[in-house]
Amino acid sequence: MSDLITADLVDLDLTGADRHAATAALAARLAAAGRVTDTEGFLADVRAREEQMPTGIEGGIGIPHARSAHVTAPSLAFGRSAAGVDFGADDGPADLVFLIAAPAGGGSDHMTILASLARKLVHQDFKAALRDAPDAAAAAALINSALA
Amino acid sequence: MKLVAVTSCPTGIAHTYMAAEALEQAAKDAGHEIHVETQGAAGAEPLDPAVIAAADAVIFAADVNVREKDRFAGKPLVSGPVKRGINHAADMVAEAAAKAAEAPAPAAAAAAPAAPAGPKLGPGAKLRLWLMTGVSYMLPFVAAGGILIALAFVIGGAEIANVVNGGTFEGVTYEAIADPTRLLAEAGIAGVMFYIGGLAFSMLVPILAGFIAFGMADRMGIAPGVVGGLIAVAVGAGFLGGVAAGLIAGAIVMALKLVKANQAFSGIMRIVIVPLVSVFATGFTMLVLIGRPIAEAQAWLTDWLAGLSGVDAVLLGLLLGAMMGFDLGGPVNKVAYLFGVGALASGDLTIMAAVMAAGMVPPLGLALATVVRPRLFSQPERQSGKAAWLLGAFFISEGAIPFAAADPLRVIPSTVIGGAAAGAVSMAFGSTLRAPHGGVWVLPLIGNPGGFVVALLAGAAATCLCAVVLKTAWKSKAAAAADDQALVTI
Repeated sequence: MSDLITADLVDLDLTGADRHAATAALAARLAAAGRVTDTEGFLADVRAREEQMPTGIEGGIGIPHARSAHVTAPSLAFGRSAAGVDFGADDGPADLVFLIAAPAGGGSDHMTILASLARKLVHQDFKAALRDAPDAAAAAALINSALA
Repeated sequence: MKLVAVTSCPTGIAHTYMAAEALEQAAKDAGHEIHVETQGAAGAEPLDPAVIAAADAVIFAADVNVREKDRFAGKPLVSGPVKRGINHAADMVAEAAAKAAEAPAPAAAAAAPAAPAGPKLGPGAKLRLWLMTGVSYMLPFVAAGGILIALAFVIGGAEIANVVNGGTFEGVTYEAIADPTRLLAEAGIAGVMFYIGGLAFSMLVPILAGFIAFGMADRMGIAPGVVGGLIAVAVGAGFLGGVAAGLIAGAIVMALKLVKANQAFSGIMRIVIVPLVSVFATGFTMLVLIGRPIAEAQAWLTDWLAGLSGVDAVLLGLLLGAMMGFDLGGPVNKVAYLFGVGALASGDLTIMAAVMAAGMVPPLGLALATVVRPRLFSQPERQSGKAAWLLGAFFISEGAIPFAAADPLRVIPSTVIGGAAAGAVSMAFGSTLRAPHGGVWVLPLIGNPGGFVVALLAGAAATCLCAVVLKTAWKSKAAAAADDQALVTI
């Protein structure tokens, strides 16, 4: 099984007018890596989830996500935004954005990895390390090692 | 504290697990044990039913319906959206812990009629459940206060009561120690223990009343109940006055809760109106409608006893003993006790012996009954039976209050009969006592101690026999149901 995230899937200078633009930028990276087959279809699934309940979490986190038929492997794209992107959290915009892509028929092994990623996001030191990561490779390594 | 939680969210791949992690962290930080069931896409691993059974409270952090909710029926529950579990996990955990801490109140169990196990309680069983709620919160005060007072007697001698509070003991008159911070210097550690024990005892009746009302009407009942209990103490109404105060306070708050205020008014209703009205109404009732008649009855009883001079000694012992056993530190008990102290001052030493024997019997007899027929008593009662031996031995009649308050109709007749037997036997043997308190610690001051001990044995046996017979013959299903429920919730 390939790593959940690679350096290609990290954007440390994420920009975007709103959460949809930011999510689209990250989705484009997933598509470029061949992990998402239909970007528009995947984004529609993400938006559907986002509309149920914004995915922003207090502490500067946005986690747009979907289980989608357009996803080939469980993947994560990570973006860091200096300006922040609003994901609907009560305390303001998110500077750390995690786009989680799960295959629709994913077995529970995949889901377990995503579950442990989600658990990691709660930890302050994990978030702090991501904020301090010097480059994309370091951020990807940080995330993968946290799930190992 | 043991907690269980369920987290779930629409997609089941992110928030479910974040909330689980956050709750686990928060519980760990707060020193609680928690098991979380993540009803997410990775497949929910169901909580072990034994873990659920052992849990003190349940947390749901879920945006979608929790699956198989029935498993948690009847437990204190904190429920919120999954994001609350992530962003404010510590709050949810603290709230759950607070609800669990409240849960000993049967109110929590009663508030969950959906609980499949809980049979619907009739009025008699409810009353018993309320009384037992009050008793269960009162017990630590009885144990701590009673044992401290007993230890103070052991360390400082029986005169320690007079060293601290003033009065005459064995012909020596003591000044009360007005400044409690001087206690250690002037009365030693025994004086300090006696003072602390006395303060703990002074809270018996307020706590009993407050938590009877709490059992009836939840936390809104506590303020009027405690204030009513304080008034019961102030007017000398004893534990029966406390029971009355608790029931009155609980009933008033229950009634006030029925008043449906409109939205704008409901906040001020809870914060100001209900406390204000319930405290005043309970206090007024206790002070004016109950306090005054009790004071008049006490004055009448005192005069009546004084007029009995010349009556047969054994009959007088029987009567005084019955009064001692009736309300265990309450108004009737006090009249008999003061009659004994008065007789002591005027040189008749037999009455004090009869009074003390009768005052030692209720805790001793009931402690005996918990040993002879443990199944007739609830778990908390059996526990308080152990302390009751010690309290009885030191003439601390209050040791019987936990039994009497939980089941007055069967226990009070038993303590009255036991007290009467002890008083009569002591008078028949002509035992004497030169001290107003102390229990076994003043045995050297007792004339004809053999007769005194026989009186104690006879009285304790009578109380025990009577309690066992009454509780066996008249064990209603309702009481059994209340006991079962109380066992679960206490």
